[in-house]
Amino acid sequence: MKIERRERNGVTILELDGKITIGKGDVALREAVQQLLAEGITKILIHLEKVTTIDSSGVGELVSAFTTVTNRGGKLKLVNLPPKVNDILQITQLITVFEVYDTEEEALASF
Amino acid sequence: MERQLNLTVSSRFENIELVQAAIDEAVAGRGADDDVRHWIGLAVREAVANAIKHGNRLDPAKRVEVAVEVDDGTVVIRVTDEGEGFEPEEVRDPLAPENRMRTNGRGIFYMRRFMDEVSYDFGPGGGTIVTLRKRISADGDGQDQQEELS
Repeated sequence: MKIERRERNGVTILELDGKITIGKGDVALREAVQQLLAEGITKILIHLEKVTTIDSSGVGELVSAFTTVTNRGGKLKLVNLPPKVNDILQITQLITVFEVYDTEEEALASF
Repeated sequence: MERQLNLTVSSRFENIELVQAAIDEAVAGRGADDDVRHWIGLAVREAVANAIKHGNRLDPAKRVEVAVEVDDGTVVIRVTDEGEGFEPEEVRDPLAPENRMRTNGRGIFYMRRFMDEVSYDFGPGGGTIVTLRKRISADGDGQDQQEELS
C-alpha cells in the first residue's frame, strides 16, 4: 500500500492507495499515524478512495489509530470510503464510531 | 465439471496474496461475479491469516494447506494449519459493545458474514481445518449476500 501525505487547512491528510491488509498495509498505516503523532500532529484525515481491500487487521489498525489519536486529544476522521470498505465497517458497526465524510471539503470543515 | 486445487504454503503473510490469487482464478468464470469473488477472497484471506498467525504462531517452518473444490455452482475451501486448535464458541462477539473498539477479533465474524457456511474441525494430532462454503452460481443463494454487500 502506498501512502501520500499532504496538508490542507491545518489538517494532515493521509491518502491510502492499495490494500490495508495483514503484514504490510496495516503496518504502513500504523507507522504513518505514529509518525504524525511523533511530530505533534493530531488533526488527521484518512482518505480511503483508492483502497481496494481492507481485512480485519486493516480494520483493527483503523480502530487503533482512532483510539490512539483520540486519547492524545486529537481527531482522526475518514473520507471517501469505497463501497466495499464502507460495507466492512458497517457490518461490524464501526461506521458509527468513526466520523465519516463523503467529500474532503466537508471533512476539513468539521475539524 | 468439478475443479480442484491444492496449495501448500509456509506461514508467511505474503503467501496470503498467492492463495487468494489462485482461488480467485479457480472461481473466475464459474458463475462468480466480481463482487462475489471479492468477498470470497476476503474470507480466504482471513482464514489463511488466522492459520498463519493463531494456528502456526508465525512459525515459517509450519505449513498451511489449502484445498479448493468448485463443483455444481458451489465453492468449498478448506484451510488447514499445524496449530493446537481453539474453541470456536469462546471467540468474542465483535458486535458486543465491550468488544467493538478492540483492535482484533473480527476475522471469524467476517468469514461467517461473507460465506454461506463456515465450520471447524480439529485433527487428532492437532491442527485446525476451517471449511468455507459458498454458492457462486448466478441464481444461487450467493445472491443474497451480494445484494446486502454491494
